[in-house]
Amino acid sequence: MDGFYGGYALVGLVLLVGVAFVTVAFTANRLLRVTVPGGDKALTYECGVDPVGEGWAQSHVRYYVFTYLYVIFAVDAIYLFPWATVFAAPGFGMTTLVEMFVFIGFLAVGLLYAWRKGVLTWQ
Amino acid sequence: MSEVLEVALRIVLVLGAFLTLPLLVGQTEHKAMAHMQSRLGPMYAGGFHGWAQLVADGVKFAQKEDVVPAAADRAVFKLAPAVALIPYLVVIVAIPVAPGWVGHDLDAGLFFVLAVMGVGVLGSLMAGWASANKFSLLGGLRSAAQLMAYELPFLLAAASVAMAAGTLSLPGIVDAWQPWWLLWQLPGAAVFFLAGLAELQRPPFDMPVADSEIIFGAYTEYTGLRFALFLLAEYAGIVVLCALTTVLFLGGWKGPFDEALWGAPGVVWTLAKTMLLAFVVIWLRVSYPRLREDQLQRLAWQGLVPVALGQLALTGVVAVMVG
Repeated sequence: MDGFYGGYALVGLVLLVGVAFVTVAFTANRLLRVTVPGGDKALTYECGVDPVGEGWAQSHVRYYVFTYLYVIFAVDAIYLFPWATVFAAPGFGMTTLVEMFVFIGFLAVGLLYAWRKGVLTWQ
Repeated sequence: MSEVLEVALRIVLVLGAFLTLPLLVGQTEHKAMAHMQSRLGPMYAGGFHGWAQLVADGVKFAQKEDVVPAAADRAVFKLAPAVALIPYLVVIVAIPVAPGWVGHDLDAGLFFVLAVMGVGVLGSLMAGWASANKFSLLGGLRSAAQLMAYELPFLLAAASVAMAAGTLSLPGIVDAWQPWWLLWQLPGAAVFFLAGLAELQRPPFDMPVADSEIIFGAYTEYTGLRFALFLLAEYAGIVVLCALTTVLFLGGWKGPFDEALWGAPGVVWTLAKTMLLAFVVIWLRVSYPRLREDQLQRLAWQGLVPVALGQLALTGVVAVMVG
């Protein structure tokens, strides 16, 4: 279980154990439960009153702009991690620090732009 | 042979932690919340202060009928609880509790943990979509919006610790940790913990399951064992978040006293810190009203993200000055 892939083999095993746990739970459930189909049981509960219309309703998604922002920022943030492990290593010091401020500057200006444009305000 | 045994032991310990700690947090929540509200909470199950309440709940859930609404998207509906639950089990592999006591010391442990934790929210989204219920759909979308808003400060705060420690391995981060980091990384710690709470949809960030507006959000149509798995996922999530905050920001297995004098084993420290944080999670639930959706988004983008960026700058400057 050594080496890069060895570690992820253990992760894979635990994933299998998780699947097995869910399977065992539902097998036990199948053996123990009562099954009395019929009645209004299979009707959508919704809010306790008989549901009106389709289940999948249209709604105004107000936060899709946040989603765009997130995608942009998260892709940026991913690059922080490999850089974070080497940035204070000997010989990097000031260079990486300046780089970091450029990077944070870009993020901050982007956020400030979105803020000024009123994207972060609920409309 | 011994290697196989060791791997088996590790898996059993990971599974054991996954099955007991969330119940412990759940029972603590029952009792602590009750006492904060001048109630007694469960008192009968098991005899002593209702200690077996959640075991009894589990037995009950296992015997309940399996109802899938006729209008639901059956396959997705049935799969959703497993998708919500299993990531938290997998994450526990990477969390160290004492020197050498870790499922596996993954090279990119921090990155792995953050990536896998994000998958759990997919379960809520699947449940919300597959339920064929307007309120569930709204709840699922709110879950997604919350993940979008809080994942970024969560990542940035975690990146700050990786910069300070110079490694992505979780045991490596605890090894590098010094007590003065408590002050240095304090804004990052607060951002990480709050953003984590929001990702778990715990009060005061429980807009996706707001009962007064959308019944129980994405979980409205669920009953029996599937509902129980969603509940277990929530409490497993609390354990994972608190353990991660402990490992990243509170020094993990390191205690405040000289080890020769107060030689408490590292496991005790890790568990004590984790449980203390879990208590804070419960305390927040009792103390704060729910944030509105726009307040949630404003807190994330105009509060936590700038603070997290500031923390990155602070970490960078101090790390270069010290090094």
